Amino acid sequence: MDILVSGFLLAGTYALIAMGLNLQYGVARIMNLANGEMIVLGALAAFWAFTSYQISPLLTLFLAAPLSFIGNWLIYKFLLRPLVKRAKNQGQLEVDSILATFGISFALVGIMVSIHGEYFTYSFLANPIEVLGSTVAENRLVAFFIALAIGLVLYLWLNHTRAGTSVRAVAVNADSARLVGINVDKVSALTFALGGAIATVGGVLISTFITLDASIGVIFTMKALIIVIMGGVGDIRGAIIAALILGIVETGVATLVDPGLTLVAAYFIFLLVLLFRPQGLFGRRST
Amino acid sequence: MIRRNVLKVLASTSIAAVTGLTMTFGAFAADTIKIGAVAPKTGPLAGGAVITQWPNVELWVKQVNARGGLKLKDGQKMIELIEYDDKTNPAEHIKAVQRLATQDKVDFIIAPYGTGFNVAAAPIYAKYGYPQIAVSAISDKIEELTERYPTLFFTLGTTTSFVEGVRDILVKMKDEGKIGNKIAMVNVADAFGIELADAARPIFKDAGFELVYDKSYPLGTPDLSPVMKGAKASNPDAFVAWSYPPDTFALAEQAIIENLDVKAYYSAVATCFPAFAGKFGSKINGVLGAGGVDPTTEKMMSYRAEHEKLTGKVPDYWASANTYVSLQILEQAIEGVGSTDKAAVTEFIKSNTFDTIMGDIKFENQFSNKFWTVGQWQDGVFKGVSSINVDGAVPVVEKSGWN
Repeated sequence: MDILVSGFLLAGTYALIAMGLNLQYGVARIMNLANGEMIVLGALAAFWAFTSYQISPLLTLFLAAPLSFIGNWLIYKFLLRPLVKRAKNQGQLEVDSILATFGISFALVGIMVSIHGEYFTYSFLANPIEVLGSTVAENRLVAFFIALAIGLVLYLWLNHTRAGTSVRAVAVNADSARLVGINVDKVSALTFALGGAIATVGGVLISTFITLDASIGVIFTMKALIIVIMGGVGDIRGAIIAALILGIVETGVATLVDPGLTLVAAYFIFLLVLLFRPQGLFGRRST
Repeated sequence: MIRRNVLKVLASTSIAAVTGLTMTFGAFAADTIKIGAVAPKTGPLAGGAVITQWPNVELWVKQVNARGGLKLKDGQKMIELIEYDDKTNPAEHIKAVQRLATQDKVDFIIAPYGTGFNVAAAPIYAKYGYPQIAVSAISDKIEELTERYPTLFFTLGTTTSFVEGVRDILVKMKDEGKIGNKIAMVNVADAFGIELADAARPIFKDAGFELVYDKSYPLGTPDLSPVMKGAKASNPDAFVAWSYPPDTFALAEQAIIENLDVKAYYSAVATCFPAFAGKFGSKINGVLGAGGVDPTTEKMMSYRAEHEKLTGKVPDYWASANTYVSLQILEQAIEGVGSTDKAAVTEFIKSNTFDTIMGDIKFENQFSNKFWTVGQWQDGVFKGVSSINVDGAVPVVEKSGWN
């Protein structure tokens, strides 16, 4: 039971890390290597608001998310749009966007180091709570439920609204979407901004239970990439299922076998998925 | 035509500007002594370096320049500091040192941050003849390394002495009947944690302890609750973690959540950081950690006050002071020699005693055998409780709950 509860909570963390990148890569086709820095920015905002003004991270969420949405929208409009326009095909856009966002990530790290180069560490809801007979931290539980809510809302929005349908249409085939009158440009920009905002929300929540610093973003980017590729690019269900698998397997291995083998187990599963389902658990075979 | 003229004017002014710059620079350079510093400002070790290393460099340079600079035979010289970020990457570090030596032509370089970096960069410091007074470096191979690199000095201690410091405290508590003989031990799966855990296993066993839980976890593990649950289930009397900064924080948080009921709780690096107490407040009262200081001596109090005043940051309760000591040694050696002769300064360090904020420091075979090994949070201050040749250790208190 301990394994399941802790595993689900860890999966919540992983889902928070990966959902933003999933949208950005799946729909806007931007392989955003600065995704981790967006997470760390959220953490920095939460840390700063909490230590300077005693503002609860749960409140910071509502300030950081719109700010991040606007910031990411601007990044897309001014820095990534030209790349999209110029790219002759998907491959070229991927290479260009990797290079551009890699550069953005360095700039963001530099900015964050100059704001606060030390660890972002504070205590928020670090109290034990019993869940199904297992002791867990309240802050992780809160993060899990918010991750669940975001995942659910995203899923419903994507599958049951007109706007969501056009997002999915762009994800499937941008050229055909344009033919049926969808403003691909606008949809891509909004989805990219939404993905960034979700990453920032994830960062705010994660900072309540993980100690971060300005340069740790790349670790989150890596984890997010693994989850997105495992789950299938552009499918929110895939990201959530992949996060669940990783969370439960890592916790199970740490509890039953050895905490030292968690990374091995995670990469082993990743390898299996790549070998037997290279398009990801919920991915479509590229035509 | 107009355009060409404009270009011409532009070109001549920029040439004038450049020559002007070099001239002032040349004149300036004669009056200064150039000191290089390479350490992480980004990357995994940056969080520690910006607390322990960089503020002390800043403090020292400000203090020396405030009193008019370093006193050499040909007059007093202000310090000109050249800083590089090594991005927590040994290759970058070595490149930066090369640049400092060949392009910036600095007179001295402040030693790197971190054990791995001090060892990895030792050959290049030795090649250019820069004395390297390593602080944030703990190793059992000091003898071998100092023999190979005549410019390398160690000041923070050996791996074994750190483990023995912990052992002595646990043995004393056991003999007094405060704890039993069961230890839960975890370590971060990284050179530092592995070396300490390997050293600790036989030392704890020989002292009559039983390791009821002994696991490692990868660096950057996002959830340490399985580790803490496992440790708690083994019912230990003492908990020992050879940990690094992010996991030192995470382990303490999980110990609070799981209410790990031990009379002795030890975690290694970063336990002595002010941020540790900032995060947990009074809950971590009684937590043991690597390092320590004697905050009651007059020199240490004035150092801590100056550090806070000039850098705006609170120093940690361990290697911050040692880092400052290493700079005091460098300063006194340069002034003692009276010139920027690197070989002479290195010799001076080897054969003299230095008056520092931690008392007199003297090197024997390039190793200063005077350092703190274990400290403990007692009423908001991390006090040294175990040391090698340093006075001022206070008695250890039992950990009683996490409130």
